[in-house]
Amino acid sequence: MNWFTLDLTIFAGSVLAGLVGALTGLGGGVIIIPMLALALGIDIRYAIGASLVSVIATSSGAAAAYVKEGFTNIRIGMFLEMATTVGALLGAGLAGLLPTNIIAIIFGCVLVYSTWLTLHPVGPQSLAAKPDRLATKLRMDSSYPDQGVEQQYHVQRVPQGFAVMSVAGALSGLLGIGSGAVKVLAMDTVMRIPFKVSTTTSNFMIGVTAAASAGIYLNRGYIDPGLTFPVMLGVLAGAWLGTKVLVRARTKSLRLLFAIVILVLGLEMIYKGLTKGL
Amino acid sequence: MRALLRKVSDQSIENFIGNLLRYGVILAAMVVLVGGVAFLAKYGRAHPDFSHFASEPSRLRHVDTIFLDAFSFSARGLIQLGLLLLIATPVARVLFSVFAFAFQRDRLYVVVTLIVLAVLIVSLSGA
Repeated sequence: MNWFTLDLTIFAGSVLAGLVGALTGLGGGVIIIPMLALALGIDIRYAIGASLVSVIATSSGAAAAYVKEGFTNIRIGMFLEMATTVGALLGAGLAGLLPTNIIAIIFGCVLVYSTWLTLHPVGPQSLAAKPDRLATKLRMDSSYPDQGVEQQYHVQRVPQGFAVMSVAGALSGLLGIGSGAVKVLAMDTVMRIPFKVSTTTSNFMIGVTAAASAGIYLNRGYIDPGLTFPVMLGVLAGAWLGTKVLVRARTKSLRLLFAIVILVLGLEMIYKGLTKGL
Repeated sequence: MRALLRKVSDQSIENFIGNLLRYGVILAAMVVLVGGVAFLAKYGRAHPDFSHFASEPSRLRHVDTIFLDAFSFSARGLIQLGLLLLIATPVARVLFSVFAFAFQRDRLYVVVTLIVLAVLIVSLSGA
């Protein structure tokens, strides 16, 4: 395959990944890596580098729309970024030490776990009634508009949330994904942050976290311009299309389809990793 | 009242940040697009092999040399420059937040944000 055909294929696949990622809210990174590594036979390290760039593109692109809605809590985001960026540095460091087949297996496990999360969504959490001492000291409590009414919320269990965020950051740095699902889960179930606030704040954090490991990947030569440019442009185009054709009604069946696709990809990554095919 | 004021100014800061990110991404995408077209025009018919990892040449791995490469209009250098601009958008967001928190006299969060910024700089400087 010559460069022209290869980049055209990657571009088409990335548009699809960006589109599905925007429609399901699950991000495109989890499709980009299997597409490059499994379907096109590209070394997983280049795949991770390209995916990381696409994660930053979608995060910064979506943030422009999100921040105007006024749900993002920049204090929570910035505080937890201390955990995610340090985690990302460690994860990216680890990526240079681990054999690629082990990375493939971990990636596969994350995909299988994402499928489980998609099929068993955490229901809306009741908001905590009482303020938490540490969260109050850190000025994390705020409010957000819910059907025209300002809804107050009290953030809980900051240290536990911080710990889970370090893991999310490490996964992001190791695998080149946004790991938004883990971030939202930590904020919703551990810290009891309302869903609308946690999703937008998570998106805010994903870009900064990915930037922390992108520097390391760039310095190590994992980011190939010829492979990365169609991924970046494709994912951006797809995400933009996604915001234009947002069909709310079909999102549920789309999420189901997406869950099955990433389950199959996850199992194949694990299989290839175990048989050292990657 | 104080909490409300804080929320209002948080909101205007966020609006500014939203635009900063939007234009940052658009600029990065345009540079990458120009580099990508130049790249395909030059190497479109060549056959690459990525089944084995062989790192990128040194000039495409460091911030300073990427700038030199891009300004000599090398296709690969231009793409890397666009990618650097993209990576810079969240960094700019953090940098701007330092000033925003300082403006609000929120010392705690100035320190928090500076820590995050320091981690980002360590990563990008290749230390």
